[in-house]
Amino acid sequence: MKRIEAIALAANAAEGQEALLICNIGFPSRELFAVKDRSENFYMLGSMGLASSIGLGLALARPERRTIVLDGDGAVLMNLGTLATIAHHAPKNYLLVILDNCCYGSTGSQPTCTHLGTDLEKMAKGAGVASTRTASEAGDLCLLLEGDGVVIAKVEPGNADVPAISLSPNEILTKFMGALSTFSSSRNMRQT
Amino acid sequence: MNPSLAVFRGLKRAKINFAVSVPCVNLQQLLTMVSEDPEIIHVPVTREEEGVGVCAGAWMGGRRPVLLMQNSGLGNSINALASLDFLYEIPLLMIISHRGCEGEPIVGQVPMGRLTPKLLDAMQIPRFSPAPAQAEETVANAWSLAAAEHKPVAVLLDLQFWRKA
Repeated sequence: MKRIEAIALAANAAEGQEALLICNIGFPSRELFAVKDRSENFYMLGSMGLASSIGLGLALARPERRTIVLDGDGAVLMNLGTLATIAHHAPKNYLLVILDNCCYGSTGSQPTCTHLGTDLEKMAKGAGVASTRTASEAGDLCLLLEGDGVVIAKVEPGNADVPAISLSPNEILTKFMGALSTFSSSRNMRQT
Repeated sequence: MNPSLAVFRGLKRAKINFAVSVPCVNLQQLLTMVSEDPEIIHVPVTREEEGVGVCAGAWMGGRRPVLLMQNSGLGNSINALASLDFLYEIPLLMIISHRGCEGEPIVGQVPMGRLTPKLLDAMQIPRFSPAPAQAEETVANAWSLAAAEHKPVAVLLDLQFWRKA
């Protein structure tokens, strides 16, 4: 599976689930922007390693709203403590998808430790995450995108030929927070 | 005034309802107060940089976050403060136990202790170091400033602060 295919599956799942989607810095965010730009997407332009943490803060702040995070193997290896923190809080509305292409794809495809055998699913399990799964095929990934916990999606190295994100940081955040507040008010209206 | 209680009252006055923490011995009482407050979601994390990310997500989700930390964790947070909070203009209140200043018994705390105010100044992060009697008001105002200017603001509390009962 190419990474952009896995990203497209996640983007479709997020749309169907009315989920927030936090995406890792670099080509993954560019690929997501190219396949399906939604106001509910938060594109990281910096702070490598923190996608899972931003998503966790959101999921804990808004327990009524599902949050999906698209992260990378290199980024998670930079912030491994996040797996223990996710396990500790274990929000049911939170899914971390680690797109594992065994390399730092945005910087020239230098190998990460997963290339040498580091198993991120076992690390998540060892951190105490209750639900940990690995998918290598699109069909398996589709099913796992319905769940919570941590999913490793094994993808091929390489970046799609997609343009840079044409939004400023302020535009990304304003759109995203606008989608959050619109969702809340429409939900409240439905309840009353 | 108990210094921990003064800080806690400042957090409550600012309506802080989401606290992320990495412990310091001087934060013990404050961490207990935050944990026991039913209006505050308390999220202990493994590293301060991770905490900057969790706080940013919480703020995007409509919460008012505080990061409770020791100054040693400022070093590992700088990229996140710059390329997440400054880049997207996300407010953050940091309550920082400032080790490595006058009276510090642990030599390893001294280098980072000396550098901490300079690092905050270099990053143009406003910093305040009140006495316990002013801490409640300073903490509340620090959040107001962070929210108004959409940036991180630090309350830096040294060893003398925590010793004043």
